[in-house]
Amino acid sequence: MLTLNCPYCGIAADETELSPGGQAHLKRFGPGSSEDEFEGYLFMRENPRGVHFERWRHSNGCGKWFHAARCTSTLEVFGTYSAQTVEPPAELRKTISEKRPGWSWGEFS
Amino acid sequence: MSTRLANGGRLVNRDRAVSFSFNGKQMRGFEGDTLASALLAGDQMLVGRSFKYHRPRGIVASGAEEPNGLVNLGSGDMFEPNARVTTTEVFDGLQAGSQNHWPSLEFDVGAVNAKLSRFLPAGFYYKMFIHPRPLWKHVYEPFIRQSAGLGKAPKDRDGERYEHFYAHVDLLIIGGGIAGLVAAKAAIGSGLRVLVVEQTAAWGGRAPVDGAEIDGMPADQWVAQTVAELDAAENIEMRTRLMGAGVYDHGYVLGYERIGDHQPGASLPKHRLWRIRAGHVLTATGAIERPLSFAGNDVPGVMLASAVRDYAVNFGVSAGDRTVVVTNNDDAYRTALVMKEAGLDVPAIIDARDGGAGALGAEAEAAGIRVLKGKGIAKVKGGKRVTGVATCAMAGEGTPQEEIACDVVAMSGGWSPVVHLWSHCGGKLLWDEHHAFFRPDPERAPTGAAGEAFVSVAGSANGAMALANVVVDAAAQGVAAVKAAGGKAAKVAVKAEAEDMAAMAPVWMMPQGAKYELRTKMWLDYQNDVKVSDVQLAAQEGFESVEHTKRYTTLGMATDQGKLSNINGLAILSDALNQPIPQTGTTTFRPPYTPISMGAIAGEARDTIFQPLRKTPMHEWHDAHGAHWEPVGHWRRAYCFQQPGESVEDAVQREVKNTREKLGLLDASTLGKLIVKGPDAGKFLDMLYTNMMSTLKVGRCRYGLMCSENGFLMDDGVVARLSEDTFLCHTTSGGADHIHAHMEEWLQTEWWDWKVWVVNATEQYAQVAVVGPKARKVLQKLGGLDVSRDALPFMGWAEGEIAGIPARAFRISFSGELSYEIAVPANYGQAFWDKLIEAGEEFGVMPYGTEALHIMRAEKGFIMIGDETDGTVIPQDLELNWAISKKKEDFIGKRGQERVHMTDPDRWKLVGLKTVDGSVLPDGAYAVSEGSNANGQRNVIGRVTSTYHSPTLDRGIAMGLVKHGPDRMGERLEFPKVDGTSVHAEICDPVFFDREGEKQDV
Amino acid sequence: MKRYSAFAVAREAFRHHAGWERAWRNPEPKKSYDVIIIGAGGHGLATAFWLGKNHGITNVAVIEKGWLGGGNTGRNTTIIRSNYLQDPSAAIYEKSRSLYETMSQDVNYNIMFSPRGVMMLAQTHHEVRGYLRTEHANNLQGVATTFVGPEKVKELCPIINIDGPRYPVLGALWQPRGGTARHDAVAWGYARACSDMGMDIIQQCEVTGVRQQGGQVTGVDTTKGAIDCKKLGIVVAGHSGVLADMAGFRLPLESVALQALVSEPIKPCMDVVVMANTVHGYMSQSDKGEMVIGGGTDGYNNYTQRGSFHHIEETVRALIETFPMISRLKMLRQWGGIVDVTGDRSPIIGKTPLGNCFINCGWGTGGFKAIPGSGWATAEMIAKGEPGPLAAEFGMDRFKEGRFIDESVAAGVAH
Repeated sequence: MLTLNCPYCGIAADETELSPGGQAHLKRFGPGSSEDEFEGYLFMRENPRGVHFERWRHSNGCGKWFHAARCTSTLEVFGTYSAQTVEPPAELRKTISEKRPGWSWGEFS
Repeated sequence: MSTRLANGGRLVNRDRAVSFSFNGKQMRGFEGDTLASALLAGDQMLVGRSFKYHRPRGIVASGAEEPNGLVNLGSGDMFEPNARVTTTEVFDGLQAGSQNHWPSLEFDVGAVNAKLSRFLPAGFYYKMFIHPRPLWKHVYEPFIRQSAGLGKAPKDRDGERYEHFYAHVDLLIIGGGIAGLVAAKAAIGSGLRVLVVEQTAAWGGRAPVDGAEIDGMPADQWVAQTVAELDAAENIEMRTRLMGAGVYDHGYVLGYERIGDHQPGASLPKHRLWRIRAGHVLTATGAIERPLSFAGNDVPGVMLASAVRDYAVNFGVSAGDRTVVVTNNDDAYRTALVMKEAGLDVPAIIDARDGGAGALGAEAEAAGIRVLKGKGIAKVKGGKRVTGVATCAMAGEGTPQEEIACDVVAMSGGWSPVVHLWSHCGGKLLWDEHHAFFRPDPERAPTGAAGEAFVSVAGSANGAMALANVVVDAAAQGVAAVKAAGGKAAKVAVKAEAEDMAAMAPVWMMPQGAKYELRTKMWLDYQNDVKVSDVQLAAQEGFESVEHTKRYTTLGMATDQGKLSNINGLAILSDALNQPIPQTGTTTFRPPYTPISMGAIAGEARDTIFQPLRKTPMHEWHDAHGAHWEPVGHWRRAYCFQQPGESVEDAVQREVKNTREKLGLLDASTLGKLIVKGPDAGKFLDMLYTNMMSTLKVGRCRYGLMCSENGFLMDDGVVARLSEDTFLCHTTSGGADHIHAHMEEWLQTEWWDWKVWVVNATEQYAQVAVVGPKARKVLQKLGGLDVSRDALPFMGWAEGEIAGIPARAFRISFSGELSYEIAVPANYGQAFWDKLIEAGEEFGVMPYGTEALHIMRAEKGFIMIGDETDGTVIPQDLELNWAISKKKEDFIGKRGQERVHMTDPDRWKLVGLKTVDGSVLPDGAYAVSEGSNANGQRNVIGRVTSTYHSPTLDRGIAMGLVKHGPDRMGERLEFPKVDGTSVHAEICDPVFFDREGEKQDV
Repeated sequence: MKRYSAFAVAREAFRHHAGWERAWRNPEPKKSYDVIIIGAGGHGLATAFWLGKNHGITNVAVIEKGWLGGGNTGRNTTIIRSNYLQDPSAAIYEKSRSLYETMSQDVNYNIMFSPRGVMMLAQTHHEVRGYLRTEHANNLQGVATTFVGPEKVKELCPIINIDGPRYPVLGALWQPRGGTARHDAVAWGYARACSDMGMDIIQQCEVTGVRQQGGQVTGVDTTKGAIDCKKLGIVVAGHSGVLADMAGFRLPLESVALQALVSEPIKPCMDVVVMANTVHGYMSQSDKGEMVIGGGTDGYNNYTQRGSFHHIEETVRALIETFPMISRLKMLRQWGGIVDVTGDRSPIIGKTPLGNCFINCGWGTGGFKAIPGSGWATAEMIAKGEPGPLAAEFGMDRFKEGRFIDESVAAGVAH
């Protein structure tokens, strides 16, 4: 039963207030993209045992989407941040590096 | 025999007698008794039969760990199977019955299994019943199933209620024994919100039973004083009868409170499920005594030493007149002393240790109790009740030495900390050689949301066994827990004298070298009948992992989940594998700590309030006018309106005819209504819909299709442009929330720089479809808004007042008739509906439901999301290319629809289907072609998506998806029915009615 | 290997059961094998079994990180059915179901297959239409199912409340030859039979790397040393992503928690398996008497084998609505497993970008019922180097092509 801090409400939201939305920082590929690019965008998912970046919606709260950095093997939450960004904030990445040295995820580390 | 003592019983009120029945026999107890203590007071030791061999079973324990004392409780809608007698508080009128026997508890035919037990070792069923095959299904399995199960199955709906409760606390302390109370003292004045819970009705745990002194006063007095002190602290909430059932991630804890169990008829909920979020959890859950494995250790009358003591001290009940104590540790000596002091006979203490006990040993001998050292029990005598024991040397293979008559054997194999709650969420254990138990490894605690250790443990649950150690450990853990929860800890100084105790000696089998015959009589799991020999057989057969052994033998899988048996079984397995216990490891602890009622888990949400029910403003009117309801999401929609004496089918046919010929009203309020507003609204909708929405003119409507990024059609509806920067998007009834979320997702996570806002206004409006040749007439009669063809043309909308009610009218049609969909503010919905009904009377108005709606749209060849689509259909399949913009560079789903399989010319396409004989095609039927595929499945080339009897055409009409369908007009297809016959249908245009659309555009 | 039978049990009964051999050997790995299967769960063991039985390949090692059958094989709700809608699914699940019928005899181990019947309730008109469609499809696929009315539902399962105030039962899709089996026995039975054919089941051995040369697999590195092989099968469910990473390719998979629970045992009261997809839950009664209950998956990636309690709550609530009497039972135990879910929630059985390396994964919530058929199809693929008809449609390339096998079409809860 997770709790995640909604960066918009500034409160610790219970999992029952939230809807999971899958992997974060997907780059959309539309018309003109290759088969591989489009498949990668829609289906190839990061599925790490460890540091993971994902999307959540505070659906039974403010309704806003946000991002969370979470460990899939301990469920530790490293932080949450705005969904209006294409990469995890530097500060958060630093925090994760302190707790999980040598982590990498997709193009980030 | 077991009986009530003349004196004693710190938990019972001898002034308040209660009467109850067991197997129909009337019995008496006192307020404060558990069912177990009251049964023992009435000399009822035998309480049930075991699972596999139907062996007689007596009460073994006094708490949650009891494996044998399970009864059918109550009757009718208050009936409950598998109620544990040791945790059931007795009340006036309680009815209990023993389980798992036929015809009676005393004489059980199933006990023949015990005679056959040599043929029924662990895993025997995996090796038998293999041949011949049909016998398993028809003979063996039914037989095995009939003998399975313990309690009777309830028959009735539940007559009681349950509730849920939320609590948010900084610190949760689970366990109200000495450790929990000492730890809680650290939280006084800490500024933290603290909850202390105790599973039983009494604070204090075991210390008062053991006659301990704390801070120089008797334990009972210390407990009362401390509870009063904690109660007085404003920041601390104290609760009894509330069990910590499970610890979950991020400080989520499930509490199980028993409110009505002991006071039925008090109009209280039976149970309350607490959903607790705690900043930090401290478990002070104590320890559970372990049985010893000696031959005949399952005969009724063989009990845990602590339980024998509990019954005497807490309830004033003697388990028997002559008690032999058998032990590997000092603690059990207390039982001997208690029984002796109560004036009962204690012929011997059999101590497996050569050196015997410390101070308690001297005390016992001083009390005149004979202590046999270095001895064990070779065998227990007796069938349904212990009659005596034969002693033997601990070191030998069990040659009997001496027989001692007794009716109780009080055994103690040492204690195991209750580590369940620590382990539920990933806390790890370490093996403590000195005490021979697993205890929490503080270095590997469960971790919470911030990666912090969020559970800690105090007292004997933490491996601190003697009281002097418990108070020290609990004080330290309490202070640490308060700090971990972010509070300022109070100083805690609680003192208890250290006792002179000799070390316990691990004894996993008694005697050490017991021969096979004895090992087949040593029970590990009393309920499931798992013996030492079974675990040894599992090891012999290669089931070396503890999980394998557990599953192969069913050790620890009974309703006590191995509270008594796990460590003993583990030790036997380790010995058989010749490896140390920690290398064998433990099985996983899973919630709940003890079973909790399903009713409590479900809470209040039952029957009509099982899920929220959404009603349109006209719901009550529909209900009063024959609505036959169907669930659509959480909505209820009228499927049709039945007139008295009319069948559902006839009602539907009538509604279609009436709407086509006269005037029909449909409550369309459930349609999703999303307002999309902002400078970029047009651009946004161009991405969302397959067609071009930005070019829609203010005052006009356009039908649109929405696809997923995967290309599949997910929703459709009419979009109206309300102003330059405002659109109103209609969605399907079930789709409003989903589509709203879909829009928000794209706006917030992909195009967050676009200036667009979305509001779900579905419930703000009541919407009525006024449909049929007389639609305009009735609206004109009501007066107001000009609804003439010129003022409000097809696919236009207008705003104004109708009959004095503010309204927005959309000239759209899903039926092919002259049709207005009129939205009014929700609170005017019923008034507007009433006016339409009243004014429409002269035009023959009738309400119609969803099925008539479906038929009329099918007659017109309009697709329905969920019928023609199923999540695998793209708009191109439905011949909807006209609604897919060729000009747009991009829209959601466009790239997906370009993939190889999506552009395959062999995809099945939408066509109409007319049966040759005019009958209705079966729903879901497939069209076949010749032959079969490589897997032997019949080749198929199409399927029916919608099929109805059309009252308008008085024949069956259908739509379907067919391979190359549109190029095969007039061809006949074969649709096999499930009865083996086939229907033949001709491929035709899906528009069956008014192909030119003359009727809707008048 | 000594055969199991009632006579064997009787013989052993008179000599203290001293004659029972190990069910499977516990060998050290050899230097090389013709085929290595990574993962000794049901699917991996079944693959090995059929490699030996159907293709005569017995120089096989099955390598297991933990103990055999210790993953999802031993944590599921043991439902076996094949009433799937889409042709490829119906084919492999029906093959599997039919192999379950004879499995006890095939492996000489009683797996207690109990074809007691599986019923999927229809509680909305939409669901009725969906199941009518499945019934027609099944009829042409050789899967015996019928759509039955509410009275028949009540007759088959008297404890169902067919007149619930919110979702009355409108009918059900009934597969009389569906049922349950003893899950552990499936793994143990295959393991014993494989061991008997001379295959090595190597437990407590973790694969740490996949060795390759010139685009072909050559072996694996393990915690018990390097082992060579000519062909490699990866059959590791939730850990497929980790293994694929070692082998240098990606998979369209996510790992999420799926939970289940059992009640305390009660006397038999339910002779069929019932799935209620509208309210989201399913239940059967085990041969021990416990009510075995399951629901849907959590929605976020998770490797902890612990799920979120609100799903348990929702499932129990749904089942009390369907079976009001269970309100008075108690939950004995709840647990979670990690399931690997693909983009269309159907499995992947296919070749991989690495030569002679094959994969079987993505069974999501439906793995147990597929074990024998999945093993059959995977063995065929490994032996012949190309997928046969049962596996043909389940390749990884389908996501690129948009050629999905989507079963959610017929039921919200794919199980």
